[in-house]
Amino acid sequence: MSTVTATAAPTKLWGGGKSPFDVEYGKLMMWYFLMSDAFTFGAFLISYGTIRFSSNGWPNPNEVFRSFPFAPEGVHAPLVFVSIMTFILIISSVTMVLAVLAGKQMDKKAVVRNLILTIIGGIAFLSCQAWEWNHLHSEGAWWGANPFLNADGTQSSTNFTNYFFTITGFHGFHVFSGVVINIIMLIMTLMDKFEKRGHYLMIEKAGLYWHFVDLVWVFVFTCFYLI
Amino acid sequence: MSHSAEALHHDDGSAVKEIWKVTAILSVLTIIELILGFWMMGIESESFRLAIKGSIVILMIAKAFYIVGYFMHLKHELKNLIMTIVVPLALFIWFITAFLYEGNSYKNLRNRYDPYKKAQTEIKVHKNEQVKESKPTAE
Repeated sequence: MSTVTATAAPTKLWGGGKSPFDVEYGKLMMWYFLMSDAFTFGAFLISYGTIRFSSNGWPNPNEVFRSFPFAPEGVHAPLVFVSIMTFILIISSVTMVLAVLAGKQMDKKAVVRNLILTIIGGIAFLSCQAWEWNHLHSEGAWWGANPFLNADGTQSSTNFTNYFFTITGFHGFHVFSGVVINIIMLIMTLMDKFEKRGHYLMIEKAGLYWHFVDLVWVFVFTCFYLI
Repeated sequence: MSHSAEALHHDDGSAVKEIWKVTAILSVLTIIELILGFWMMGIESESFRLAIKGSIVILMIAKAFYIVGYFMHLKHELKNLIMTIVVPLALFIWFITAFLYEGNSYKNLRNRYDPYKKAQTEIKVHKNEQVKESKPTAE
């Protein structure tokens, strides 16, 4: 096509006949969706920050999140379990980016392998979160119930647990839908859908979504567990 | 500006290398964050804790940059696309500043004009009583 060479100059990008962003329509829309999702998560986290800044006291996360599966009673391991969750999500993001790369090379076997690893990572993260929620619930924490005191030993409000369960729940729901999308991608790959189309662009879009889930966890992890 | 067409076709070996490089960077940043988090537990000084929290936030933004730039490939896209995504997100700067300032201001005003409420939030309570109180609808 002669138009391809014509678009080489940046000034011709808006000349028509070609996406000025040089990406496929669906991928651009995925970017815009993720931007809107970023504002949703941002609004949640900023609301949390506002309430925390307006409170005289706040529970110490190292006192709240200090349990670990199968650890005997009385063993306190703050930050350990959540750092494992963080690394699970980072590693699953890496396998996803390897799957996208394999898709660009039309390497079906590598796409399948990396997608399976990504799905396992997602399920592992969800399992960790389910355990943590269950444990907190058994301690009496839930929406509207906060058994933890403020760091300075004063009476705490339920703001802390409400925000924690709402925001990690919303993120967990994103992880869940990401796993479902990845499973659909895996089935489509195994059915040779992308081989027939001649490109693996769908994997790229699923990959964008999955990385966004990892990105949000970076913020949730920092805001709730670290500071 | 470089063209994305060229960037997309850089050879596969270097793409894999870049992925592992970014993985290493993300892991190191996370470990530094965790070290700061553990270190912060033993520190009493409020201003020093605030400084550590600030460093953690900077590391968090660095991690976000690497995820969006390399894993989501935004750094290798056309400048047009980068701008259409990043410029709207700049609203967050004011969004965060204004709301955190507002929350802090609300706290100060309430503490000044509602001494009863302030006294209430300064009463120390015991943990065990609190658990019973806070879940009246327990199993």
